[in-house]
Amino acid sequence: MKVFGEPIARLEDPRLVSGRGRYLDDLGTTTTLAAAFVRSPHAHARVVDIDVSDALGVDGLVAIYTYDDLEGRVAEPLPILIPHPALRAPRTGYPLANGVVKHVGEPVVMVVATDRYVAEDACERIRVEYEPLPPVVGIDNALRAEHAVHEDVPDNVAAHLVQEVGDARAAIEAAPHKLELHLEVERSASMPMEGRGVYARWDEADRSLRVYSSTQTSTSLRFALAHKLGVPVDRVEVVTPDVGGGFGVKIMHPWPEEILVPWAAIRLGREVKWVEDRREHFISSAHERGQKHTVRVGFDDDGRLLGLDVEFLHDNGAYTPYGIIVPVITATQLLGPYKPGAYRVEFHSLYTNTVIVTPYRGAGRPQGVFAMERTMDAIADYLGLDRTVVRERNLIQPDEMPYDQGLVFQDGRGLVYDSGDFPATLRKLRELVGWEEFEEYRQRARAEGRRVGIGIAMYVEGTGVGPYEGAHVRVETNGQVHVATGLTTQGQGHETVFAQIAAEELGVPVETVTVVTGDTRRFKYAVGTFASRAAVMSGNAVALAARKVREKALRIAAEALSCSPDELSIVDGVVRSEAGAEIDLKTVAVLANPLRYAFDEEAARATQFAVGGRTDRPPVEPGDEPGLEATAYYSPVRSTFANGAHAAIVETDPQTADIRILRYCVVHDCGTLINPRIVAGQVHGGVAQGVGGALYERIVYDEHGQLLNASYMDFLMPYASEVPKIEIDHLETPSPLNPLGIKGAGEAGVIPGHAVLASAIEDAEGFRIDAMPISPAQLWELRRRHEAGEVPGLTRGGER
Amino acid sequence: MSEHDIRLTVNGIERSVRVPARRLLSDCLRHDLGLTGTHVGCEHGVCGACTVLVDGVPMRSCLLFAVSVDGAEITTVEGCRAPDGGLGPVQQAFQDCHGLQCGFCTPGFITTITAYLRDNPNPTEEQAREAIGGNLCRCTGYQNIVASVLQAADIIRSES
Repeated sequence: MKVFGEPIARLEDPRLVSGRGRYLDDLGTTTTLAAAFVRSPHAHARVVDIDVSDALGVDGLVAIYTYDDLEGRVAEPLPILIPHPALRAPRTGYPLANGVVKHVGEPVVMVVATDRYVAEDACERIRVEYEPLPPVVGIDNALRAEHAVHEDVPDNVAAHLVQEVGDARAAIEAAPHKLELHLEVERSASMPMEGRGVYARWDEADRSLRVYSSTQTSTSLRFALAHKLGVPVDRVEVVTPDVGGGFGVKIMHPWPEEILVPWAAIRLGREVKWVEDRREHFISSAHERGQKHTVRVGFDDDGRLLGLDVEFLHDNGAYTPYGIIVPVITATQLLGPYKPGAYRVEFHSLYTNTVIVTPYRGAGRPQGVFAMERTMDAIADYLGLDRTVVRERNLIQPDEMPYDQGLVFQDGRGLVYDSGDFPATLRKLRELVGWEEFEEYRQRARAEGRRVGIGIAMYVEGTGVGPYEGAHVRVETNGQVHVATGLTTQGQGHETVFAQIAAEELGVPVETVTVVTGDTRRFKYAVGTFASRAAVMSGNAVALAARKVREKALRIAAEALSCSPDELSIVDGVVRSEAGAEIDLKTVAVLANPLRYAFDEEAARATQFAVGGRTDRPPVEPGDEPGLEATAYYSPVRSTFANGAHAAIVETDPQTADIRILRYCVVHDCGTLINPRIVAGQVHGGVAQGVGGALYERIVYDEHGQLLNASYMDFLMPYASEVPKIEIDHLETPSPLNPLGIKGAGEAGVIPGHAVLASAIEDAEGFRIDAMPISPAQLWELRRRHEAGEVPGLTRGGER
Repeated sequence: MSEHDIRLTVNGIERSVRVPARRLLSDCLRHDLGLTGTHVGCEHGVCGACTVLVDGVPMRSCLLFAVSVDGAEITTVEGCRAPDGGLGPVQQAFQDCHGLQCGFCTPGFITTITAYLRDNPNPTEEQAREAIGGNLCRCTGYQNIVASVLQAADIIRSES
């Protein structure tokens, strides 16, 4: 039965819906110690003194650690994970503050106690004396640089990068029409329902460490821990249990707590666990999205781009452990499906005394798409053209694929689009949303005193970045197939889709396939789950490994059935010859491992006096290996590019400025689909985060660097009442870069959210929307300023 | 810290446990009774992941002290299974409709929906959306959870 491409139900669900999932805080025993942290209440301060004397009497206290207790590499700064030539002043913190704190929430003291209640009791009794320093909050203050976040970086500039294709400024100068836009996106955050967490077990006799972490990369964390803690890599295991969402924040590693918890476990010879609480997540895990863009564009009478010049400022928070991936992605993915003419992009990445910035689902693309799509709408308005027509005229055509944008992408490789039919994407979206019929609807709504608008946004997403992923596939002698891959899972359904791939390739029922992800005991080499790469990278690795297993199975079966492998096929776990002879795949697995000793009936069939066959050859041929199993790696030359377009119809209340989404339409092309139901689920979830980011969610710091809304009460994530019903149409343009033709799907849904809703609100209101998110209060204020003549209206090709 | 002996009937089984007065019901269920299906997402009663049924009524176990529900009947996600130990109707509906991704918020939805459908066996789509309006999910965008509510109602009707 065909399973690849089918919307089968998820194999992991029975466990998860019945309370049998194993998330980080579900692990441990009654004797496991709990860690808690004293965190900085100041955005920028010197640590003058730490007085723990009052805490020492707390019953159940086990240990208190400050920076002075740290030793070896644990006392060194945290690593710069992704160095980049443009990152001219990289800075990272320490696991515990070394004399100075640079953001509210930075860990200062670690407490270990018999349980979390007791650990927090002790934290409350520790008195830290701070000498406050002037904080730098917000992009404008960082740029002004009256104060510095890092003393030795007086201009607060962590990175500066220029990329240019052609002479954009000259092209704009020479263009018949020019526009300049100022576009801003505020901070938000991944905000998975489960925060971070670490649980460490040290086996003193074995000198080995097992660490469980709610992470998006167990393999890299393993290497990082081995290095930091001075434990040989082969003595470190990192296991990712069920993870309650990641959305990017858990790809950052090693977090201070990820180093300190195992370090304390080794030091104490006890199991130690730390589970982040919600406030901790807000003030110590990463944020993203805060950027300000200036776009200058030159175009012709038809709205074709001649030159595009983008300068933007990126707020990277207090440190740069994850490098400058987010602004690098904005700079490149901003171009979307369009030919920009000449293009110049320049960004400055700035330090502020706030939580660090690392990728959140979309990773710089929502900002870039916002900048590009706002520009498209502005051109359409300026020329009085239909917004879809201007887009259409600038699209890269299918016969121009592969299309080289001439830039360097986030993987250090060329920004070369591998495939896609962007005009078809746009056409399908126009049909799905009923673009042509909208004016009629608007008139009817207007007659009822209602105000409605339609918006559109297109994007291209580089997915499946390298360098590689691998997989191991093994057929057991009981017929079970075990798949292991090193990257992790946070809800994307990997146990199902990788099983579908293996089942299809091997010809076995999908129910017989089990999948393990993110467990370094099972697979040691991997990169991680981010950048919409898991299906592309591990999916193809699983296929390649399964193909090797299949080839070996057919070879062994052919020998057993005295025929040629070409005459064999595998269906439902049985190898059949054209002549009708057959052998179970599980029997082939028995034969694949020549044995001296029998431990069960199956094994007895593979022992030396049972197998028969040739006696003039070694039981295991040179170059062969025992067992019906194989490992394979997939390493692409460059990323594969998915694309899509969203349209939204909104209604804005003429009195209250309340914004309601009436319809939300998605056309999405992520190449070949492994499981359409799971892809649709990814789109739904992404759109919900896009809606949240556009209308509700913002991280609000005051001028002192205090996070004012560090709770779910105040950081408004959408409930069911805020997310519209999502209408989806798929295109499937296979990627020519990988064997399965897959492109990534994980982030797509969120990417055009800011852009499409700004477009729709602007269309409803008749004046430019250039900053997101937008609340009813902000829209109301914009209306007031528009009526006062301070915010110019759209011209729709009229007077300008 | 004063400690108290309390009795809870959890998923039909009577349990005795000694807890400090400040022990949250969520922590008591998870760490004292080993029922880790109940999850804690925000610890201030907003996300609903920790929702359990207290004498049949959905409540946020992160906002309750264990001692305050001494003597109560508690139903957790582990107790929402079918009598034969298989998946209960709401659990089955979540699998049928892809109503979960990471699964962390799911237990709170399942308990909430179980209680809702007991009182409202024939919801419309709009009512189904309203029924889950107090729980946060960061993965699914809710569309398939709404479908799961309707599917669960179907399953319950077909079983009765």
